[in-house]
Amino acid sequence: MFEIGTTKKSTPDYVATRNACKLCAPLGASVAYKGIRGCVPIIHGGQGCATYIRRYLISHYKEPVDIASSNFTEESTIFGGGANCMAAIENVISQYQPEVIGMATTCLSETIGDDVKSYIKNYRDLTKRKTLPHFINSSTPSYQGSHIDGFHEAVASTVKSIAEGGEKAEHINIFPGFVSPEDLRQIKTILEDFGIDYILLPDFSETLDNPIWDSYHRIPEGGTPIELIKKCGSARASIELGTILNKGSLSGRVKNNSLATTAAEYLQESFGVENHQMPLPLGVTNCDYFFETLSRITGKPVPEKYTKERGRLIDSYVDGHKYVFGKRAVVYGEEDLVVALSSFLNEIGIEVALAASGGESGKLKEEINKYCPENTSNITVQNGFDYEMIHEWCIDNKPDILIGNSKAYYIARELEIPIMRCGFPIHDRIGGQRLKHVGYTGTQELFDKFVNELIGYKQDNSEVGYKYM
Amino acid sequence: MIEILKEREKQVVTKGKDEAAIACGKASIAGSVSQRACVFCGSRVVLYPIADALHLIHGPVGCAAYTWDIRGSLSSGPQLHRLSFTTDLKEREVVFGGEPKLYKALVSLIDQYQPKAAFVYGTCIVGVIGDDMEAVCRKVSREKGIDVIPIMSEGFNGTKKDGYKLACDALSKLIGTDDKTEVPEHSINILGDFNLAGELWMLSEYYKKIGVNMVACMTGDGRIDDVRKAHNAKLNVVQCSGSMIYLAKDMKEKYGIPFMKVSYFGIEDMSDALYEVARFFKSDEMMQKARELVKNEINKLLPALQEYRKQLEGKKAAIYVGGAFKAISLVKALRLLGMKTVVVGSQTGNQDDYNLLKELCDEGTIIVDDSNPNELSEFVKKTGANLFIGGVKERPIAFKLGLGFCDHNHERKEALAGYEGMLNFAKEVHASVCSPVWKLMK
Repeated sequence: MFEIGTTKKSTPDYVATRNACKLCAPLGASVAYKGIRGCVPIIHGGQGCATYIRRYLISHYKEPVDIASSNFTEESTIFGGGANCMAAIENVISQYQPEVIGMATTCLSETIGDDVKSYIKNYRDLTKRKTLPHFINSSTPSYQGSHIDGFHEAVASTVKSIAEGGEKAEHINIFPGFVSPEDLRQIKTILEDFGIDYILLPDFSETLDNPIWDSYHRIPEGGTPIELIKKCGSARASIELGTILNKGSLSGRVKNNSLATTAAEYLQESFGVENHQMPLPLGVTNCDYFFETLSRITGKPVPEKYTKERGRLIDSYVDGHKYVFGKRAVVYGEEDLVVALSSFLNEIGIEVALAASGGESGKLKEEINKYCPENTSNITVQNGFDYEMIHEWCIDNKPDILIGNSKAYYIARELEIPIMRCGFPIHDRIGGQRLKHVGYTGTQELFDKFVNELIGYKQDNSEVGYKYM
Repeated sequence: MIEILKEREKQVVTKGKDEAAIACGKASIAGSVSQRACVFCGSRVVLYPIADALHLIHGPVGCAAYTWDIRGSLSSGPQLHRLSFTTDLKEREVVFGGEPKLYKALVSLIDQYQPKAAFVYGTCIVGVIGDDMEAVCRKVSREKGIDVIPIMSEGFNGTKKDGYKLACDALSKLIGTDDKTEVPEHSINILGDFNLAGELWMLSEYYKKIGVNMVACMTGDGRIDDVRKAHNAKLNVVQCSGSMIYLAKDMKEKYGIPFMKVSYFGIEDMSDALYEVARFFKSDEMMQKARELVKNEINKLLPALQEYRKQLEGKKAAIYVGGAFKAISLVKALRLLGMKTVVVGSQTGNQDDYNLLKELCDEGTIIVDDSNPNELSEFVKKTGANLFIGGVKERPIAFKLGLGFCDHNHERKEALAGYEGMLNFAKEVHASVCSPVWKLMK
């Protein structure tokens, strides 16, 4: 009764996106802003943008996510959004008293040529308020790139507008990318166990995963404080997780965007902060590289706790290897997560059959080849894919398991194969914000879940329903 | 003291304290975190359940991505509405125009999915770059031989309500295009039910039992061919008046079909809906059947409800939903469970709705239009509510503050309409209010 779209196959010159495997840029920017202490995001555009994005994020994080909107009307579209922009700033300040206001533009405000920077300046000139929040402004039209571009754009804008230079100090910067709050907590624990002084940006480990409250917090606690972001320029090094980031050159742009800078690249160029770009620490190989880099930069040894975690993880790989070997997986979602997951699957003997993303960097193939040395030639890599393309590919190629966010559930259901949920969004289960992907223990959790999905699938479909594996 | 944005002060009244009428129907203030969406959203949610139509969103990716399979509107047949199609405009099209892409997208989608008709939604940017959507739709319609209906639903061009109106206009274009089909004498259209969790199927069963035939439901479990012949019905029965009243008025004007506003939520309103229809057709037999049906259902239902009422008596509820008509029914249904409504509001209510609410509610009840998380959290705290009824965006506010939450929005998976729905509602309220987890939050 609920089968979808098993009709005629699509034509090669297909031009509509069917069930997009990406979201729009202001969503990513909003998440990044949520990781700055005292920050309220304002989306400069129509009201629906903020409401839809809030709804989408709330369904994943199960947390209040306040994002203001400048509520464009027909007049603002014709005469410019200046008045609405300034009214929005004023009303957000009076309601929230934020430390920071993070502005993100939309397709609408970008297309009519709104100059948010000048609106902010006008507001500063006109307001009678004595203390004003810090303003960050990101250009995030939804016709350019995906939510991931928006995320990195906001992080880079934050650093560009706040970071200061100065004499090199002991601390390091860490730019984690669009990971889960639990991942952020894990990264912080690792750095603390190392005894490393660090600045993590953004840090939405608390703001998007709050404990219960006595009263409503207009701005949730947590986030990276401005004072720390200022010091990004004097760090001894930066670690940037992800190797594609917002560096893609396609994404439908008229001009080549390969010159877009990330936060860490900006810091390297402007303040000489050495940048270490690497895949997400997911899988033994990537984790090893992450830990080695931390150790090399700081001269501190890897704490024994992690040597043991690593040992346990490999021990479990041994326990589980037979159940996963040769299985064919489809990995999809954000490009950097797809690269890291593929590399992890590659090291446990899973065949990554399809690695797909709605992102359009044009770099996915290159990165997958680099990080999946075991079966490079067998992997179909697709940039700019949507879920219906994945769906059709799966019907033809019959994979054993899907790995990625919850949105491909309908494909797994139709094909009667398991899906292992990870990444963003998880809309049909609780706990998306607590999913751990990074570090040896993050990999451990994924591995256990993954093997058990496959074992469980076999058991459920067996004639007898055995008691031992 | 509850802090309310100055410009919003008139949009909040307390019964027994404020004499002035509530202000409503206003655009949201810039910088407020309104719970409302946009014009596009209004059109999209109303037309969404039409299951054999192609719904193509002309714009950048966001608008389509956030509305993919968003409603729990079930279809008894095709599932085409649950796919999300977009032209996914890029900078290239924004600069050079999106018409060629729209054309190609429409043609290839129609070839692949063979829909009965297509709706094309224009988003903010389409209004700005000046794509002639209507011309493209006309061309494709001519070439493919199906109706391709443009909906100019630029998000900035009004409120969600304006989007409802555009959706009604689109339906209006289809209505009356099938004159061959004969319908039985006692035939109605159901307007404004979206078949969430199969609610329409329950309702049409009730109507069938009393001898009433349904021509079309707009738009729950909707089909293009049903919409085409909707003008043959004798009566339009309108629920969720906020979204469908435009169409009801339009059909009255064009085809002389009278309409009545009903609600299917709660025992009283559900029963009234059946009685009113029987009264309209002036059929004693129908009235007799309606009475019997109501009697049977209530006899089954009341003892079951009594159990819940015992535990819920005296608890307080806050309601914040999309349409005010729904809020009115909720107040009554909660009363049936022994609960008192202390805060009630909606995103899009009109003056009549709010007057009715004011009449219905107890002294001290806060009534609010187009509220936001700050206000809502203050209201529930001040009034000591035990339960919050709302949608996805209100849920975390309630949960964070340690009060039960009951989802009464388009995502719900349990039917809440009709008599069975009332029992489901009681179960859900009970599970929300009486769970032991709240004790740990003290």
